[in-house]
Amino acid sequence: MATVGEICRYVRSKNAGPFWVTFDLFFKNRGDYERYAESPAIGPETFEKLFGVDPALVKRFPVDTLEMVKISCVRPTPSGSRVERDLHSGQMFVRLLDIELD
Amino acid sequence: MKPTLKEPVVILVPTGSLGAGASEAEVEYGIARGASVIATDAGSTDSGAAYLALGHSKNSRSAVKRDLTIMMRAASGAGIPIIIGTSGQAGGDINLDWTRDIVVEVARELGIRPRIACLYSEQSQEVIKAKAAAGKVHPLPPLGPIDDATIDACDHIVAAMGPEPFIAALDAGADIVLGGRTTDTAAICCFALWKGAPLGPSWHAGKIGECGGQASIKEVEGRGILLRIDRDGFEVEALNDVNKCTPNSVSAHMLYENSDPFLLVEPGGVLDVTGAQYKQIAPRTTRVTGSVWKERPYTMKLEGASAGQYQTVMLIGIQDPVVLKDLHTFEDKMTRALYERVHMTMGDGAGDFHISLRIYGWNGTSGEVVPKGTPAPRDVGVLFVATADTQELADQIARACNPLFFHMYMPGHNGQMPSYGFAFSPAYIPRGQLYEFRLNHVVECDDPLELVRTEWIDLKLEEAA
Repeated sequence: MATVGEICRYVRSKNAGPFWVTFDLFFKNRGDYERYAESPAIGPETFEKLFGVDPALVKRFPVDTLEMVKISCVRPTPSGSRVERDLHSGQMFVRLLDIELD
Repeated sequence: MKPTLKEPVVILVPTGSLGAGASEAEVEYGIARGASVIATDAGSTDSGAAYLALGHSKNSRSAVKRDLTIMMRAASGAGIPIIIGTSGQAGGDINLDWTRDIVVEVARELGIRPRIACLYSEQSQEVIKAKAAAGKVHPLPPLGPIDDATIDACDHIVAAMGPEPFIAALDAGADIVLGGRTTDTAAICCFALWKGAPLGPSWHAGKIGECGGQASIKEVEGRGILLRIDRDGFEVEALNDVNKCTPNSVSAHMLYENSDPFLLVEPGGVLDVTGAQYKQIAPRTTRVTGSVWKERPYTMKLEGASAGQYQTVMLIGIQDPVVLKDLHTFEDKMTRALYERVHMTMGDGAGDFHISLRIYGWNGTSGEVVPKGTPAPRDVGVLFVATADTQELADQIARACNPLFFHMYMPGHNGQMPSYGFAFSPAYIPRGQLYEFRLNHVVECDDPLELVRTEWIDLKLEEAA
């Protein structure tokens, strides 16, 4: 069993406008990228489970040249709402780190 | 017909955000490398709707003035223009006027007399309602169709400009162009487009440059970046002779704060970098070719901000092991008890209120359920956040909760009353209002200048007077 945190060399999250958040997962090498970029473990259902977001609005983009995958979803709560804890969504990536990729 | 580019356009981006801290040495270096313009973005929606709703800048006045002084001294000396997008963080009329006043102040201090163009892109509710009624406002996911009530709820509405109003101002002889809300990319690339540089490379360079030095690998502190656009592509170079721009650092910036790594929707078109090629052409410089611009009907993105309910906060620190070994119970029991306390003391008078506890050192950042068996921390900070319809009500809720928040027993206390560590007196801190973005829509425009108003401050005329 290997987790996102173990497989990736760098994982980050950041708001993309007020209504979206985007996750960047950079792999250590081409082999890992090809093996995991399309993995169902980091598919829409995982984002629904972790953040309660609509799986129909989860978008995944493998980027060959950078050996990374970008995943974007709607923010779980609007920017600056009364339950806001992470305005720039910069800490949301941490919840991906323990996801098991295989 | 656009003019044909005769020589490369060199864009000096001194900082990723006006007021974040430009470097005098970097700006001098960029001028020596042949900069034809100094361009920077001055805002973003990232830090929340408060700056648009209130008309406040995020960066301080002194920090913005410092960067402007560095830029204006250098630009005036070199005889090149300055372009600023999204003035004053949000690009509303108040934000723009605030920035304009600083620019005028700096000009007088430096003894220079620039022609300043101010491009206002704040929209009245009436204009947007008329556009909506004509079917010219379209939602972007996850929001639905616009209605008048939503438009009325916005304290301020701005439309994000493309490069055209800047180009018109440059045509009219502006030395400094201060934009209201502008796409980051348009503010950086407008000068190149004015000079007739090709669309794909210009827009792509604008995206790579919008955060300044972020597209470089920084061995030493680096605030800005240099972009050189020619007929076939563009080059990205650090603003000192140590930092490097590599194919990786440059191409990775297209990912940043962008939900799609290949396409960027802008007013009047889409930048497509799917086929872009990145090549190291000098030890510190990367060249990019193959960026494509696809024309689309002209739309501007709307942002609207409104103020909402009020919040009051309290903060305690806890090191008591009785609490720390069972934070699950503490959080549940405390939350339930605080709600009961408000119902008991204030009844329906509390209105539509909400209480949340954020236990920093445990799960404060995410609020997620911590797995059973997680070791107890040594120290936690518990932030109490009450939200209500008025500041007075939020304050009253916090004060009603104070005794419980301070002294709540856990079973392990065996009836001995604990006292948690308040950080302040008075313990409650009125925090002010919530601010939220209400719009995520685009508006169709008949002309790129239709929703923009340009005003001039010509300090050259003062000289004549």
